[in-house]
Amino acid sequence: MDPANLKYTKDHEWVRVEGEHGIVGITDYAQKQLGDVVYVELPDVGRKLKEHETFGTVESVKAVSELFSPVAGEVVEANAALVQSPEAINADPYGKAWMIKVRLADPKAVAALMDAGAYQKYVESEAK
Amino acid sequence: MESATGMRKTPLNAVHRASGAKMVPFGGWDMPVEYSGLISEHMAVRKAAGLFDVSHMGEFEVEGPGALPFLQRVTANDVARLVDGQAQYSALPMPSGAPVDDVIVYRRAADRYLLVVNAGNIEKDFRWLQEQGPQDVTLRNRSDDYALIALQGPRAQEILRPLTTLDLGGLKYYHFADVEVDSHPVTVSRTGYTGEDGFEIFVPPAQVEALWKRLLETGGEKGLVPAGLGARDTLRLEARMCLYGQDMDETTSLIEAGLGWIVSFDEAKGDFPGRAVLAEQKKNGPPRKLVGFEVTGRGIARHGYPVLVHDERVGEVTSGTYAPFLQKNIGLCYVPATRAAVGTELAIDIRERKVPARVVPTPFYKRPDKAAPSHATTVTTT
Repeated sequence: MDPANLKYTKDHEWVRVEGEHGIVGITDYAQKQLGDVVYVELPDVGRKLKEHETFGTVESVKAVSELFSPVAGEVVEANAALVQSPEAINADPYGKAWMIKVRLADPKAVAALMDAGAYQKYVESEAK
Repeated sequence: MESATGMRKTPLNAVHRASGAKMVPFGGWDMPVEYSGLISEHMAVRKAAGLFDVSHMGEFEVEGPGALPFLQRVTANDVARLVDGQAQYSALPMPSGAPVDDVIVYRRAADRYLLVVNAGNIEKDFRWLQEQGPQDVTLRNRSDDYALIALQGPRAQEILRPLTTLDLGGLKYYHFADVEVDSHPVTVSRTGYTGEDGFEIFVPPAQVEALWKRLLETGGEKGLVPAGLGARDTLRLEARMCLYGQDMDETTSLIEAGLGWIVSFDEAKGDFPGRAVLAEQKKNGPPRKLVGFEVTGRGIARHGYPVLVHDERVGEVTSGTYAPFLQKNIGLCYVPATRAAVGTELAIDIRERKVPARVVPTPFYKRPDKAAPSHATTVTTT
């Protein structure tokens, strides 16, 4: 199950709000669709992202997929350990495989994203 | 078999779906790309064994008193070198020296041959062969009458042995035999597309499901897993085996593709399309060559990415991947012959980032037992 304390996008990213920051990653459904992840490219600290802007790339053996930021804000941290061990995206997409930490431009905007239940329904409809 | 969506299905389609395989369209076929995961399937084939459904491949029967002269006229290799029960990697060359397809020719008898062709090229190849004016030959497209599974990996023999009376160790590389496996009448061929020892087994379509399940059941404890087209692609690329439609096609000559070893210029073979062009290229060297490279920077080269030398675009990646066994990013590309030497520094344009790469010796992967005495006498390629 997708954690209830996260918000989700139609591009299969998640965001967890911690005070003025948002932690961003990709969902379990997304990693399953990709297959074995072998490469990830993340942005430099200080980069300002708009909502839905491309912030990086994730690649499995077979596929290349862009990463879209669910939120607007400035990147204050990128997960360097993940770049070294991208397979964590398959093993622990909601934990160790967080990707970036963003200082949120508008913390209230997160409320507009899907909750776990809505995301679950969205994934089911997409799978059909 | 064809579904309502127009996608063709192998006789194992329902078995794949029931096992939870991820299915993808491939050359008009609905095929399993992975079961448990591409990397674990790839590693299973390198260390134990994998079972592949390759029933999408095409089979043509070429029979009659004119079979040998016809095959000598339409294929690149010397068919006269085959004995009964022997197979040969070859191609159907065009006047330009580029292949219509790469094929395997199996000699069942002096006047009976089987051609195995790529799934996406079945109709094209059959038409091409008919256009070459077969004489005293019956040409039949029997693709729907053969299911084909590939049992590949260092433990393949051990897994197959309890199910057959055939002396598997005595079956030489690129030889085949008609036998029973678990009481199914099949043809077992010591061939494959993974760089490992193994077998390809031609099975009547109605019986392939039973044999597939039986092999997985008895081979499971020896590490056998079902493996999809994803692992098949990364395995063949590590072994530097060309994929038609990517590493060679109707615009690349067989010499350029590094397939000179399957082109015979023997007097006795006689003429075939492209012979003159290929002979000239073999003598003077082709203008460009397919080379293997390793990405030395960070990034994965993919099919179609531009290849640069000193900022000048010299070609594009034909196949590129993360190589699960080697744990490197590797690929193949055509470069001018002057840039083909091992050690040449290249750059791959990966989404507008120039990533360094280097021409390396191929195959990227060679199986560890290949120099062992039991195989030394049977390796006929190169």
